[in-house]
Amino acid sequence: MTDVQTETPAAPEVAVAPKANPVAWPLGLAGVVLVIVGSFLSWSYDGTILNDLSIDFFPGGLQILAIVIAVLSLVLLLAAKGPLAALGSWLDATLGLRTFGTGLVLYMALVLVAISVESEGLINVNPGGYVTLVGALLIAVSGWLLPLRQLRNMKAAKLPGWVDILAIAVLMGSLLFLAAYALGLEDAWSFILCLVFIATAATGLFRTGAMSWVAQAGQRNRKVLTLASFAVAFLFPFTQDGSDANMSIATSVLVFAATAMGLNIVVGLAGLLDLGYIAFLGSGAYVAATLSQSAFATIGWKPPFLVVVLVGALVAMLLGLVIGSPTLRVSGDYLAIVTLGFGEIFRFAMFNLDGNNGPNLTNGPNGIPGIPDLELFGFNFGAVHHPFGIELGRFSNYYFLLLILTGGVILVFSRLNNSRIGRGWVAIREDEKAAEAMGVNVFGLKLLAFAVGAFLAGLAGTIKAHQDGAVSPDQYIFLESAFLLAAIVLGGMGTIAGVLLGATILKLLPEKLRFFSEYRLLLFGITLVLMMRFRPEGLVASRRRQLEFHEDDEHLAEVVENELVEEAK
Amino acid sequence: MTVTDAPPAAAAVGGTVLEASGVTMRFGGLLAVNNVNLTVREGEIVGLIGPNGAGKTTFFNCLTGLYKPTSGQVRFAGVPRKAPKPPKRKRVKKAPSAAAVDAVTVAVQVPSLPKLSPLPPKPRAVVRAGMARTFQNIRLFANMTALENVMVGRYSRTSAGAITSVLRGPKFRREEAATRARAQELLDFVGLGKSTEHLARNMPYGDQRRLEIARALATDPKLILLDEPTAGMNPQETKQAMDLIFKIRDLGLSVVVIEHDMRFIFTLCDRVLCLVRGETLVEGTPGEVQSDPRVIEAYIGSGEDDDEDDDGPQDVVEEAKP
Ligand SMILES: Nc1ncnc2c1ncn2[C@@H]1O[C@H](COP(=O)(O)OP(=O)(O)OP(=O)(O)O)[C@@H](O)[C@H]1O
Ligand SMILES: [Mg+2]
Repeated sequence: MTDVQTETPAAPEVAVAPKANPVAWPLGLAGVVLVIVGSFLSWSYDGTILNDLSIDFFPGGLQILAIVIAVLSLVLLLAAKGPLAALGSWLDATLGLRTFGTGLVLYMALVLVAISVESEGLINVNPGGYVTLVGALLIAVSGWLLPLRQLRNMKAAKLPGWVDILAIAVLMGSLLFLAAYALGLEDAWSFILCLVFIATAATGLFRTGAMSWVAQAGQRNRKVLTLASFAVAFLFPFTQDGSDANMSIATSVLVFAATAMGLNIVVGLAGLLDLGYIAFLGSGAYVAATLSQSAFATIGWKPPFLVVVLVGALVAMLLGLVIGSPTLRVSGDYLAIVTLGFGEIFRFAMFNLDGNNGPNLTNGPNGIPGIPDLELFGFNFGAVHHPFGIELGRFSNYYFLLLILTGGVILVFSRLNNSRIGRGWVAIREDEKAAEAMGVNVFGLKLLAFAVGAFLAGLAGTIKAHQDGAVSPDQYIFLESAFLLAAIVLGGMGTIAGVLLGATILKLLPEKLRFFSEYRLLLFGITLVLMMRFRPEGLVASRRRQLEFHEDDEHLAEVVENELVEEAK
Repeated sequence: MTVTDAPPAAAAVGGTVLEASGVTMRFGGLLAVNNVNLTVREGEIVGLIGPNGAGKTTFFNCLTGLYKPTSGQVRFAGVPRKAPKPPKRKRVKKAPSAAAVDAVTVAVQVPSLPKLSPLPPKPRAVVRAGMARTFQNIRLFANMTALENVMVGRYSRTSAGAITSVLRGPKFRREEAATRARAQELLDFVGLGKSTEHLARNMPYGDQRRLEIARALATDPKLILLDEPTAGMNPQETKQAMDLIFKIRDLGLSVVVIEHDMRFIFTLCDRVLCLVRGETLVEGTPGEVQSDPRVIEAYIGSGEDDDEDDDGPQDVVEEAKP
């Protein structure tokens, strides 16, 4: 291809093999062998902890994870020198080995700690554990001894189209498998270790450059990527054997993610700080509750759910317009304060509309319990269904509905983002005065973001009411708004993948790690402060936001520009 | 776009596009603009000069609705605020800007110019009415590409709303494609056709100025206001900028331009207005203004707040004489 021309200057450097430490490579190989052998041996004397790591030649789940890392390291070793050398000119084997080695050492150290904490002392660690630890150390050392090499540009790699698709499929498949596996882990230690494994594998893949290639492949086949992601999300309930425990977590993650994605339109796209967003979710939920068949519902009108959805969303949107129209003309700080106040007013209003002061709409602090399950087109969301002979419980039903909702919100988000309106929002964030002077309807666009955000939250609220079966004022406190915002900041403002990731992390971790829930505010606070300091654009950075946060990073601007020019071709 | 290299001097001047009368702008105790009158006719290039702090930029801000003048009136004959009939609006959208060229060259069409009406209250409405501007200190959307910057300029001439954008019907796609094509066309027009995907903040200074002009042109203006379009440019770039402004004029637009570079102004403009301390000192043809002793004096007199890198006062005026 034409890229050959740009390639030529780099090519000679590739040919010059840097001087390698002669022991580095054999050391790595020995490490891999030790890890694999060690993982087939027993790690723990006690078979009741960490899902049983006590049987020789029958590796438990955590041992298999170690083997996976070892195999990945082996691939990198063979890419550095050996049969896969062709791969080695593209992949950064050295950086990858360092990450895998270091990660695996950390992993094994934690395993040893876990065993000694869970069953009285290091004495319960069997030799296999130590063998694996030594193997891990050897891989790490070999990684640090191997020289860094000049690599060819991954983007110039021209592979047939099906390789792209295959890579996406493999990635998504592993994602589904890992999610199912991690959620299936009952004890906190296993869960943490699994997280360490995921972090190690992901960082390693990033450092080798494999991930950026996959990301490119995703860019090239965006439709395939989107479809694959939804397929994975859709298949998830089928991996749960009808168990509702994880599905209940998954549904609450989805409600949270859909709401965060709505808020992402307001915060990430239009750049408005809304601290009372949860009130819009609440108004949708309260509308659904008061119009439901519940014995405690306060309004006699019982329209079909599709009407309720529309009413809930419209009521939320109306509230959004009422709050937005006077405040969006003033600067950002006022908006933050007014929305904060609005969130509290909403909660107090729901608390006090109990018939003592004013009409009885909400039953005050008791809320409205006993909201029946949804029934749409003859499909009862409360019942257990058996499609393809696989049992799907109540939460799975809601999960599918929420998945459609989340998909819808993502669709609205991305389509608005890539349109005249999205460009207007960016222009407003960049320079409000100049945008106005170029004919952009600044106020109108801000109000639009506010209204669309509120509409989507209201819509989500109506479903949430039925899924929870009850509404009460204390579900809609300021902390919830703060968490929504935290999910966006942590994940990456203005991105889809980032906010989904942020929402998942923020909702999933406290559910899985109960012991940590006491410190969760502290930990989130620290995490956010660190993020703001070191990576303000979030885990998954939107290109534009990254540029905005690093106004004077010339190098970044160059890199982004090259990507843009590349994409335009 | 069909742009013929018409000789600069042969400007077809038509009806009045802009009429500012008695514009006064007061900031607290400071009278930044005092009772300034300005008339701009179709196809005319008017220069605005004056020492630093004379109130030129402030006057621009009054004209574009960014400031509401303390007193005085600005009347503008642009696109009618509301198209009387829907079919007409469609025609306006579809007609390429080449039609505007004909409007100037064919004298019979000049009466079709709408009547002067008071400036709408908001900057955005002023843009809709057909007035666009650039800024003295460049105000591009720095993290957007050149193309995106110009596409934002199309905002007021496009209509896709939230629902259309989410549904992505054929109308949306057609409008989006037209916006993109028009933006590319304008980038080619200002000579940035190769920098489409470059980030505005990475572009060289001169290109940024030209990009700002392209963005302003994207609003389909009848009148374009340029605030020091060659500030910081080298002589060659200045020459290019001059050609560009002639090209814009030949599209049928009127131009008002602020500059400190006297040679630039006196070569370019049909008429020059000299402001000093917020007041009109002289108004006339370049010949009249550059030979006026008061202009030279004003530039010498205001020496204390002159920037050092500005062109020196009288020798510039002298130099510019043919
Ligand atoms: N927003 C404002 N508030 C208060 N004073 C202002 C404001 N804008 C401008 N001024 C003052 O009005 C006067 C005219 O300023 P203006 O920017 O219009 O001058 P200028 O002719 O454009 O000068 P330059 O050639 O340096 O661009 C200056 O004294 C300036 O300090
Ligand atoms: Mg100025």
